[in-house]
Amino acid sequence: MSKQQEREKKRKRQQIIRTAILAVLAIAIVYTIVVNVTKDEDIVKVGDTAPDFELVDLEGNTHRLSDYRGEGVFLNFWGTWCGPCKKEMPHMEKYFNEFEDDGVNILAVNISESDLKVQSFANTYGLTFPIVIDKTNSVRDAYNVRPLPTTFLVGPDGKVKKIIETEMSEQEIKSYMESIMPS
Amino acid sequence: MSSIKCECGHLNPEGTDICQNCGRPLSTEEKSKKLADMRYDGAAIRSKTHKRTVVDKIWNFFSSVKIGVSIIIAILVASAIGTILPQVFYIPGGGANEAQTARYYEDNYGIFGQIYNALGLSDLYGSWWFMTLVGMLGISLVVVSLDRGIPLYKSLKNQRIDRHPSFLKRQRLYGEGQVDDPDAVMKKAAEKLKSQRYNIREKNGAMLAEKGRWARWGPYVNHLGLILFLFGVMLRALPGFYVDESMWIREGETLAVKGAPGLYLENKGFTFDVYTQENTDEVFSEAIDRVGSVASNYQTDVALYETPEGELPGSTNADLVKEYSIVVNKPLKHEGFHIFQMDFKLDELSAMTFALENKETGESLGELTVNLDDPQKEYDLGNGAKVELLDYYPDFSGFEDGEPQTATPVPNNPAFLFKMITPEAPDGETSFVAIRQTLEPLGENTYKLAFQKADTRDVSGLTIRKDKTIPVIVLGGVIFMIGVVQGSYFNHRRFWIRKSDDGKIQVAGHTSKNWVALQRELDAVTEYAGLPAYTDQRDKEEQTDKPEGDSNS
Repeated sequence: MSKQQEREKKRKRQQIIRTAILAVLAIAIVYTIVVNVTKDEDIVKVGDTAPDFELVDLEGNTHRLSDYRGEGVFLNFWGTWCGPCKKEMPHMEKYFNEFEDDGVNILAVNISESDLKVQSFANTYGLTFPIVIDKTNSVRDAYNVRPLPTTFLVGPDGKVKKIIETEMSEQEIKSYMESIMPS
Repeated sequence: MSSIKCECGHLNPEGTDICQNCGRPLSTEEKSKKLADMRYDGAAIRSKTHKRTVVDKIWNFFSSVKIGVSIIIAILVASAIGTILPQVFYIPGGGANEAQTARYYEDNYGIFGQIYNALGLSDLYGSWWFMTLVGMLGISLVVVSLDRGIPLYKSLKNQRIDRHPSFLKRQRLYGEGQVDDPDAVMKKAAEKLKSQRYNIREKNGAMLAEKGRWARWGPYVNHLGLILFLFGVMLRALPGFYVDESMWIREGETLAVKGAPGLYLENKGFTFDVYTQENTDEVFSEAIDRVGSVASNYQTDVALYETPEGELPGSTNADLVKEYSIVVNKPLKHEGFHIFQMDFKLDELSAMTFALENKETGESLGELTVNLDDPQKEYDLGNGAKVELLDYYPDFSGFEDGEPQTATPVPNNPAFLFKMITPEAPDGETSFVAIRQTLEPLGENTYKLAFQKADTRDVSGLTIRKDKTIPVIVLGGVIFMIGVVQGSYFNHRRFWIRKSDDGKIQVAGHTSKNWVALQRELDAVTEYAGLPAYTDQRDKEEQTDKPEGDSNS
């Protein structure tokens, strides 16, 4: 009888070992698949702290993202040649003027174009919000920006609230800016 | 739990074919066979012992060799299908844009391409189901190895020396007969076997001679290598282990190295050399005659910079790490990153020179050179003449609502909106200058900007790689090969010799592979010790039998 009990005990131990081995393998595989399937998209995800950076604007002032902590930042990556950017910039300018005093800032990051080109664009559209130029693409890489325009809504807590990879309508721009207004 | 009790009194687990103690056949299937099934030495493979809970069912599923082989075939077929059309990472754009990808497959491969892409076959190796298949192969390898390896190990470790006569009778090589002096024969046989490097154990007038048992672990070593290999591949998914990026960098540009935060690369010059009839030996002359030119060198001279710890992206504060000339197969190496020369584009426009000329007299007031990377607002030519650059369109694509448009930021087709201020026209004349096209939007001008020359520069395509998984993958491969050699070139050979009181001697032999060598050894022992003659009991129709079960997968 005791032999029978011993066998039963051995069997139970074997069950536990099998379950553990299968569980470890399954977890490893599921993790690998999830990471692989989702990886190329988001270096920066909604809810992450927006990577800090430091860029110089057309007037020569240095802007550091973390200096805006406590206020909302409408972080827009753009290019002078990109059609949708041309359409949304005037709307951004309009609501920048409206919300600037409510703690919502715009930082427009141009992807490595020449000063002259960016300046003439700003003049053409009468843009007054700070425009910085990412000459080395390092900020673009840190945010893994692919299509232009791409906009990151950064809340007063420095966290990314939303990522928009398409052109925004005037109405959308307004509601996005309201959404990151410090309360 | 049920178990099988052998005549000898030993309790065997359910599923055992051959008594693990004495060697009598147990299962009806085994009893009906003329020869003993020596795969796993007749031990119950674990999955056969019980099948009750869900875990057991999953375990049994993966422990099946049939399932394992099916998974391998499925992976092979899927991999083959993935090679029919180029995968997304080989097409322009690299599959970043779904609509663009769909269009590419449709335009290039028609309906078939459309279906291929829609089914997700265009990114087959990155698909969840392909990775699931590979993962299942991993599980199968682990389970099969444990399920079969452990019982085999135990069975061989605890094997009894004095097996039952019926066990010996059912071995492939078997002989029996009367001898005059069984003790002397056994002694001489042991002597000869020892000289053949057999390990001899004796008990109760029975002898077990064994060598090369470790060859039986070959398949499990082999599986271990494969599992390590898969583990290495899996590591690539973890952040920091694997980087494979590419970037374009123009001569004179300084850009962040993609995939390597904090590293910057300056392109100090790209060189593209060819062999010509003048500078090369005879060897290439035929080829040069045939194809015109043969490349001899692709080289990017670079300076690598690194920002100090804590510096933010966008900061221009970086220290020079080293200068290096990247040549094909001679990558720049730094902190595990390898930067390779991969591609190039020659002669992209970098600067354009114009002369400010009077249209009537052709008299020039001077020249100006516009650096397309950094065009200036104003170019002063002296003597009251200057040119203002109002706007610049790097890739001029036509007018929209009277506004000049640029398609991309790359200077493929530069156009300029100039204002020319001359003594004759102090208020300025506006001129729109594009390649082979000059417009005077605000009326007839007295001056024009005549194109003089263009400067070009090359663009270098670099690939950035980091792979920390290489040591694991290499180790896996080495272990895999050790397992193959161990299982293929070494055999586990055993002889059982048993005497009975009436002066009869039984002799039986078994090997995992290479029966010819086993017979040769037995021949030598038989002759030396005077053992009874043996026969090969294998039926003629079984000649095509697979070799010993645990063959390499």
